[in-house]
Amino acid sequence: MCGIVGLYLKNPSLEDRLGALFSPMLIEMTDRGPDSAGFAIYGNEVANGYVKLSLQHSDDSFSWTDLSAWLTEQLGEEADLSENATAAVIRVKSAESAVRHLLEENYSDLRIMSIGRGIEIRKEIGLPQMVSDRFGLPDMKGTHIIGHTRMATESAVTTEGSHPFSTGMDLCLVHNGSLSNHNRLRSWLERQDIKFKTDNDTEVAAGYLSWHLQKGATLRKALESALYDLDGFYTFAVGTREGFAVLRDPIACKQAVMAETGDYVAMATEFRSLAGLPGIANARIWEPEPGQVYSWGRKAA
Amino acid sequence: MNGQGNIEMNTVDLQKQSVRDLNRTLHQLPEGNIKVGWEVLNPGGKHNIACGLDRELNIRIDGHAGYYCAGMNKRADVIVAGNVGVGVAENMMSGSVFVQGNAGQSAGATARGGLLVIDGDAAARCGISMKGVDIVVKGSIGHMGAFMGQTGRMVVCGNAGEALGDSLYEARIYVKGSVASLGADCVKKEMRGEHVQELQELLHANGLNQSLSDFTRYGSQRNLYHFQVDNALAY
Repeated sequence: MCGIVGLYLKNPSLEDRLGALFSPMLIEMTDRGPDSAGFAIYGNEVANGYVKLSLQHSDDSFSWTDLSAWLTEQLGEEADLSENATAAVIRVKSAESAVRHLLEENYSDLRIMSIGRGIEIRKEIGLPQMVSDRFGLPDMKGTHIIGHTRMATESAVTTEGSHPFSTGMDLCLVHNGSLSNHNRLRSWLERQDIKFKTDNDTEVAAGYLSWHLQKGATLRKALESALYDLDGFYTFAVGTREGFAVLRDPIACKQAVMAETGDYVAMATEFRSLAGLPGIANARIWEPEPGQVYSWGRKAA
Repeated sequence: MNGQGNIEMNTVDLQKQSVRDLNRTLHQLPEGNIKVGWEVLNPGGKHNIACGLDRELNIRIDGHAGYYCAGMNKRADVIVAGNVGVGVAENMMSGSVFVQGNAGQSAGATARGGLLVIDGDAAARCGISMKGVDIVVKGSIGHMGAFMGQTGRMVVCGNAGEALGDSLYEARIYVKGSVASLGADCVKKEMRGEHVQELQELLHANGLNQSLSDFTRYGSQRNLYHFQVDNALAY
């Protein structure tokens, strides 16, 4: 099971309504994934040289204020903090690797959900409606967003095992399906210094894409390689700084439907998630072909 | 669906009523009430709309439907003014289903009779295990079309994806455009007089003016389903 949804706006005048348009799409997929939900929203980019981090901590009483003060001191740059329910977003002038290493070495319990210029990830266990309400999704603005509702099959129901999974700067992955060769692939990737935090199969796919991208592959090349190296059922949606990409396994086991109008491109596991979008009655609607990488963005992904 | 002008219309709005209510109402209608048509508003991609019908009914679904639309249909004529998801007209017995948009995977799966017409494209596994239905797709079909098709006829005016007619039994396939690849035991076949005639009937019945000579017939080589141990390697 699981449901995945994505919305990329072509028309900038809709950006203020991104969260409001997307929240019902995510909630419509509750039947397919009542265990946890999450989304990656893109927009409100930080300036060149800065990074934006989305963070969570398993301890509810963790002090984000202390963390941002500590980061400010360590980096010698103001770490700007905003809290959003169980998540925090920190914006700071730093190289990605510098701030990531600093946090990984000193705050091992901290979960870095995403790092990038525009990406922010929110995810939690619970029904999609609860997750949307908790983080105030309907009020969020941005250029594009992908989300996931999870019915857990391969690993435990935890926030860490929820989607999206970060795969690098401004990149993340959501997955509908299940992979059958994730254990072997995880061992192999661990030998290539890719680190995993869960037993989740999708985290392995995310790590696999990260490894290719670190080696200099384009996202398209990395996804095309996945067709050969990943065994199992999948429809993936990959969020990128510019837009998003969709890939179905070579026999298209898992459903997916796409819709395009002059204003947006949307994808979902089932059409009913798209039924409430403006202008959907006249949208071009089709099923993506198996084994083909589809991507939309301000530049080609 | 002729003579619609004389048909009194009932309307069911799926924003106000559930799919279960709609289907129950249609199942419980008295026999022989063919002068009453049913219009289904705001389908919103919901699943199982107009499933399991067994009456002479005219139904128009005004918008996009979800999975298994008009599944197991018997005798009813259903028009979908939009797209459908997975498994439209699955296991249809008789009657007709017209889709004015695109269809998702497994359109007409296992259907035993009736007519399924798709104005747009059909995705993967169209007509999988078809057992007597006629399927006419005005656009293209995805991979594994007519997989294990036992009997019935499929006409594709566009192109067919990979592995057309894999493990085919006696279903007959007519494709106008390109075929990405043929599945196991599916081969090009000669268009004899009876094939030209049945293709013409299927096209004309659906208002299609296509040049018959542009179509190629595909069928079973009949090596796989008469199992011989010498063929084991072909599986």
